[in-house]
Amino acid sequence: MTTTASLPVGQQLEVGDIVASDASLRRFLHGLPGVDQVGAEARVATLSTRSIKTTAKAWAIDLAISMIDLTTLEGQDTPGKVRALCAKALRPDPADQSTPRVAAICVYPDMVPVAAHELAGSGVHVASVATAFPSGRAALPVKLADTRDAVAAGADEIDMVIDRGAFLSGRYLEVFEEIAAVRQAAGDAHLKVILETGELVTYDNVRRASWLAMLAGGDFIKTSTGKISPAATLPVTLVMLEAVRDFRDTMGRQVGVKPAGGIRTTKDAIKYLVLVNETVGDDWLDPDWFRFGASSLLNDLLMQRTKLTTGRYSGPDYFTLD
Amino acid sequence: MTGKKFEYAPAPESRAIVDLKPSYGLFINGEFVDPADGRAFKTISPATEEVLAEVSEAGKADVDRAVQAARKAYDRVWSKMPARERGKYLYRIARILQERARELAVLESLDNGKPIRESRDVDIPLVAAWFFYYAGWADKLDHAGFGPSPRPLGVAGQVIPWNFPLLMLSWKIAPALAAGNTIVLKPAETTPLTALLFAEICQQAGLPPGVVNIVTGAGETGRALVEHPDVDKVAFTGSTEVGKMIARSTAGSDKKVTLELGGKAANIVFDDAPVDQAVEGIVNGIFFNQGHVCCAGSRLLVQESVYDEVLASLKRRLGTLRVGDPLDKNTDIGAINSAEQLARIRELSAVGEAEGAERWAPPCDLPDKGFWFAPTLFTGVSQAHRIAREEIFGPVLSVLTFRTPQEAVEKANNTPYGLSAGVWTDKGSRILWMAGQLRAGVVWANTFNRFDPASPFGGYKESGYGREGGRHGLEAYLDV
Repeated sequence: MTTTASLPVGQQLEVGDIVASDASLRRFLHGLPGVDQVGAEARVATLSTRSIKTTAKAWAIDLAISMIDLTTLEGQDTPGKVRALCAKALRPDPADQSTPRVAAICVYPDMVPVAAHELAGSGVHVASVATAFPSGRAALPVKLADTRDAVAAGADEIDMVIDRGAFLSGRYLEVFEEIAAVRQAAGDAHLKVILETGELVTYDNVRRASWLAMLAGGDFIKTSTGKISPAATLPVTLVMLEAVRDFRDTMGRQVGVKPAGGIRTTKDAIKYLVLVNETVGDDWLDPDWFRFGASSLLNDLLMQRTKLTTGRYSGPDYFTLD
Repeated sequence: MTGKKFEYAPAPESRAIVDLKPSYGLFINGEFVDPADGRAFKTISPATEEVLAEVSEAGKADVDRAVQAARKAYDRVWSKMPARERGKYLYRIARILQERARELAVLESLDNGKPIRESRDVDIPLVAAWFFYYAGWADKLDHAGFGPSPRPLGVAGQVIPWNFPLLMLSWKIAPALAAGNTIVLKPAETTPLTALLFAEICQQAGLPPGVVNIVTGAGETGRALVEHPDVDKVAFTGSTEVGKMIARSTAGSDKKVTLELGGKAANIVFDDAPVDQAVEGIVNGIFFNQGHVCCAGSRLLVQESVYDEVLASLKRRLGTLRVGDPLDKNTDIGAINSAEQLARIRELSAVGEAEGAERWAPPCDLPDKGFWFAPTLFTGVSQAHRIAREEIFGPVLSVLTFRTPQEAVEKANNTPYGLSAGVWTDKGSRILWMAGQLRAGVVWANTFNRFDPASPFGGYKESGYGREGGRHGLEAYLDV
């Protein structure tokens, strides 16, 4: 297996060869095409000028609602708070039954039983963060136990964090093996790998971490924990979308993308959907392949949805606050 | 949700902001006047072939009148005015351009066919930037590096093309006024409307009569202006063919001449390039403004080792380009400017096929009315093909390959033109080496078609002579 500066199109690579050693993995990740920061940001700026109106806007709002991982990740979370959030997930807008449900509820592991009970049979998934979220600074056995615990409690999806310290110091194989171990511990649960791009800083790092997470078996790659600023940004999401597109071309497996943190308005959400549409296309315009990690975004989407159907804006008190 | 496809609903920019008159006169000595022999022509929207307005055709007598007005304004007002006062007028024009930006953008897209996204986000902001930039120079000419108190030339006769009507006007008028010259400008016959709106802006700014005169017409009007004996300076942007005629007709006179002509720029992609951004740069290089760009990256040179990958990405990207109504805010590629230009693009594309290159275009629905051409690329092109040598001036890309940096330089320079070039690589030292080797007035590194008023622009060889923009751009309008 030789790694070249470019990815052979349509040619299937063997993961085993790439991760044979730290050196081979490094050669592969550093052989990926670089990202030009100015160019990536310029591309996003252009796409952000897309004007999404009327029918397109209505379609995008409903799609965005159905892609939300409605999230509460606070030290102050209680079963009552989680129950309320689940009720919101099932009926985002009590005044309009045609409103789609969100994709999932995202909570800490100890809240999973509550959410699983509330959402049982609804089709809304239960996602749990795990692996010593958000810092990931714990021993591997602790992280694996954290993961198994969440899955046993009924989590359908696990949002793990990578060891950014190991990544930044170049111990790529260590990061790979940890993700692979969590992948195994998660069993049938969907694995989302949080890169915490705000700590990786460069787009080159984002692209390498994306590939690392995908090679290790992640079902989704996710930008952020929401605890570090900056959280999700459009250029970072662009780089990740390019990575999942290229990964499918070379490895034959589709991986989802989840920007999380800092996406608060309908306008923002639509910019992300435009980015998906024009970078990877229809195949990813689906809650199975693209998610928003957000909490306050939902109410803004509902407000814009009401505006589109009634022609009027209603005040924030007409939307529930859970 | 009705389906899985994200279909953007039409998002047209309103035309209501533009107040089109049924007919326009010539702008001479601060007012709109009828041409001496009353001749006129129609300007149409290339997207719909709708007649937008009737525009006067200036004959020899009208051009003479305009030059006389400019001479009088030069002798009595503009050359006598303190430089700081000249600067104030330029600043005032720049501010009005910004205030009326949307109106100008809509009118530009209507008359030219370019997408509103480009006229709104590129053309008009650059127009204002050019005036602001040269406004700042007006009272600092002593420090421009041309010796103490450099003198203006007098009356400048300027002829501009249809691809960036108002932007080319600003490249011509802003430095000329800052340096203290007065102007007679002829816009292209297919795109005269924004220049005439600019004339209104000159009135609004209270610019003294005769300092800027706008005469509309076709080639004969341009010839009368360029050959007028009382014109001290000729500035032309357009085709190499016309540029050569101007060079011949001004030879032996003491007119100072600058020419900005055609190009066949190489956009060179090395195997270590940031591929996704390089693909964006290729698209921006050739499909920006429907490829109606003299510095367009119309020859793509890709290193053979990444050819398959780059081409696959490029084709995928071309599939997402949105061709259609220039006034729709989501349009990427608008209409070809004229039936004549469309015929030339079709002709050269047919030659490309006949000479054995492989033609490819993404599936795209083109409107029935108006002048349209799908974004097209040719592979299997060699240096010997006409589509690799002649300027097509349309959305047509010729793809060639190279093996070594030396070969890339040889192929890039092997053209009668030399206006611009692009280099895509992650290696800084290679960028610098390439920039030193390429015989092109502008070399872009990891970007393409970026313009800034502080940066000089101009060509080698058949791409013309003289520089526009920056401090260098002042030299063309000063007696140095």
